[in-house]
Amino acid sequence: MSDYNAPIDEMLFVMEEVAGLGDLVQMERFGELSPELVAAVLEEAGKLAGGVVAPLNRQGDVEGARLENGVVRTPTGFREAYRQFVEGGWNGVPFPVEHGGQGLPWLVSTALSEMWASANLSFSLCPLLTQGAIDLLQAHGSEAQKEMFLPRMISGEWTGTMNLTEPQAGSDVGALRTRAERNGDHYLIRGQKIFITYGEHDFTDNIIHMVLARTPDAPPGIRGISLFVVPKVLVESDGRLGARNDVRVASLEHKLGIHASPTCVMSYGDDTGAVGYLIGEEGRGIEYMFTMMNNARLGVGLEGVAIAERAYQQAVAFARERIQGRDALSGDEAPVPIIRHPDVRRMLLSIRADTEATRALAYYVAAAMDRARGAQSDVERQRWQQRVDLLIPVVKAFSTDVGVDAASTALQVHGGMGFIEETGAAQHYRDARIAPIYEGTNGIQALDLLGRKTLRDKGAALQALIAEIEVDASAGIGSGNPHIRTIHERLGEAATALARAGRSLIERRQGADVLAGATPFLRLVGLATTGWLLGRGAVAAARLLDEGGDKQALFEAKLQTARFYAEQRLVMAEPLSRVVADAGATVADFAEEYF
Amino acid sequence: MKVLVPVKRVIDYNVKIRVKPDGSGVETQNVKMSMNPFDEISIEEAVRMKEKGVAEEVIAVSMGPQQCQETLRTALAMGADRGIHVKTDDVLEPLAVAKMLKAIAEKEQPQMIIVGKQAIDDDCNQTGQMTAALLGWSQATFASVIELGEGTAKVTREIDGGLETVDIKLPAVVTSDLRLNEPRYASLPNIMKAKKKPIEEMDPASLGVDTTPRVKTLKVSEPPKRQGGVKVESVQELVSKLVNEAKVI
Ligand SMILES: Cc1cc2nc3c(=O)[nH]c(=O)nc-3n(C[C@H](O)[C@H](O)[C@H](O)COP(=O)(O)OP(=O)(O)OC[C@H]3O[C@@H](n4cnc5c(N)ncnc54)[C@H](O)[C@@H]3O)c2cc1C
Repeated sequence: MSDYNAPIDEMLFVMEEVAGLGDLVQMERFGELSPELVAAVLEEAGKLAGGVVAPLNRQGDVEGARLENGVVRTPTGFREAYRQFVEGGWNGVPFPVEHGGQGLPWLVSTALSEMWASANLSFSLCPLLTQGAIDLLQAHGSEAQKEMFLPRMISGEWTGTMNLTEPQAGSDVGALRTRAERNGDHYLIRGQKIFITYGEHDFTDNIIHMVLARTPDAPPGIRGISLFVVPKVLVESDGRLGARNDVRVASLEHKLGIHASPTCVMSYGDDTGAVGYLIGEEGRGIEYMFTMMNNARLGVGLEGVAIAERAYQQAVAFARERIQGRDALSGDEAPVPIIRHPDVRRMLLSIRADTEATRALAYYVAAAMDRARGAQSDVERQRWQQRVDLLIPVVKAFSTDVGVDAASTALQVHGGMGFIEETGAAQHYRDARIAPIYEGTNGIQALDLLGRKTLRDKGAALQALIAEIEVDASAGIGSGNPHIRTIHERLGEAATALARAGRSLIERRQGADVLAGATPFLRLVGLATTGWLLGRGAVAAARLLDEGGDKQALFEAKLQTARFYAEQRLVMAEPLSRVVADAGATVADFAEEYF
Repeated sequence: MKVLVPVKRVIDYNVKIRVKPDGSGVETQNVKMSMNPFDEISIEEAVRMKEKGVAEEVIAVSMGPQQCQETLRTALAMGADRGIHVKTDDVLEPLAVAKMLKAIAEKEQPQMIIVGKQAIDDDCNQTGQMTAALLGWSQATFASVIELGEGTAKVTREIDGGLETVDIKLPAVVTSDLRLNEPRYASLPNIMKAKKKPIEEMDPASLGVDTTPRVKTLKVSEPPKRQGGVKVESVQELVSKLVNEAKVI
């Protein structure tokens, strides 16, 4: 068993000094929001996350979700924790006040989501999926649909799901076959969906499924796909729950991790056909999905940060307690806690630096979403939206890869005990492993970054990012503080490497060698961007150190962690750019039959 | 009736306490602080009284540095109506706190003051008793149940060996024990609302209280490390060790 303590000081630091919380609270639509109020919100959320949600994590892993006579039972305590979560008003954080939400910035919502995911990844998926469904209904639902579903989904009285995947349609959503036939004012849905997270559970009386399906005469591929809202229990015109809809869970998957999150095979229309209501227009389902994709991918990227944080906390606690070996330098005979060994410290610092780096990236992108939404001019809006679109696949893929690495390293810190389930380190490692897979595999993210976000605009968005990094790098190199100087020297080199890799891809434009460079390219963008944002934090930390105050240790640690990242991680930018530029050809040439 | 609840900002109960190298006290730099857990229980009890309609107003008081306002905000988010911050950077001993509480009580005229039975930092267990004595009010300490009557209260006290029930006249000072209730988690809407609730600021001088410490701390040190135990082979060996070595039987 391990405890979770929300890293509130660090979160606030990143929000204020890296993401620009100060700018957001000035925006008119956030009313009287202040950094102090945000601090209070994080403080109280941290209590719920640490006191209620986190303690269920291990039991949830052991017990798992179970299917009994068509009913999914979540593990002991989950239902009650969900009730507390919803009663506390934590489900509706970023949504408009007029629909019963709290109207807070995505940045704040993002920090809170990190807490829930750190505390208990399986638990956190339910509200995450609900959030995605709310986004869709809000953006594209009719007034009547909004009225019928939104308030109770925002309050958390009902939850939401996303139904894309079918056995033959995973990364290629266009291959889906679920059918939707018009029947008066609604459609009848028939087909099977797989891997549906929280497709069935015992938290609430109703579940609102967002389902992609094909109308009979629709063209093949993604243009033939429409989006439907399919409630588990039909809702009468007066808002009361009516008949059970023709949708049921067929089975639950046995998984490597996130055992407490029910992953369902869903069967639509076994009898009469499931009643579904078309959202927007026919044939535009995929287009609509894209509007919630950024939020959903940010949410999953954050899972990488969250699990890294949790694994880090556990590893540090263990390293302070475990006595083994002697101090290599002092010559003292007394055995020491393993945190004294430089190699263990290296592991801990790696996890910490990677966690802080990906947190900075996720919060920066969340704030960029708020900035795009609250922009005063079209130019400003486009600028921020471009930044969001460029970095979303990076948040998703870079951070979730980091989550797996971090959980693995944290397990390593435990030695043999790490391999023993009771310790709990193994659960983080298993749980972390889903995030690079779902919500678009990391391979698909890399292709998105390469194709849609880089080649399509001939590197314009990328170039704008690199230019900003270069300005900060030049400024930092002139600093009198040796930490800041070193960080920005490495950053300048990374920016140069990134620019070179980008040019190489844009020049070649297509071919298997280009596609094979997508993943190392994403990693490179991730490194340079996180290094840049940690550098920004380091500059702020140095300033705050000079100003004094009672958080000296935090600032000192921020500076040193950023330097560690520059010296141990950013230096990989240059070799990575060579991988992007040169190494794709071998992959392209290697004959299929040689595998 | 009004209920007054003092809330103290202390080192968070999750934090592993470290003694300052010079032995002058414990390390509070860069240490997470939060509301004394017994005070959370007191606030919860007061808010429940309000929710039941037996109390009209819950006032939270905190004494200490600027950051005590965060502690007050927590109390307000849990449901207290307003806050009073006695701002001072002085070290406050229970007697000084009790005197200030008395001054505030005389002004606010609450029917009940619910005080945590002790604060988890110095474990004094004195403030409630001193406050009652200074005010000349009835007191009931270590409460696990409080039932309000007409101008009276029936309080179940946790004492060594069992429970004792006492009837007291109001106004009174009651100190809360661990089992009085389980404090709630503040809800997000209430945290947002707390921001708008008033906090009145004052200082010890304006309450006419001299906070000069009456006790001198000579030294603060860590408790001695626990010695490792030994495994015994048999009951006989255990008994012999208890008789001959530990000399406890
Ligand atoms: C626990 C869990 C929960 C899930 N929850 C949901 C949910 O709630 N709703 C939902 O709709 N789905 C859900 N999914 C499905 C998930 O989104 C898919 O598994 C994922 O998108 C990958 O699809 P696939 O499994 O078919 O793999 P495939 O698409 O078959 O991919 C296999 C491999 O090939 C690669 N690949 C595929 N196509 C390409 C290409 N064009 N170029 C390069 N590489 C390619 C992939 O990157 C991957 O490495 C969940 C899955 C799991 C395991």
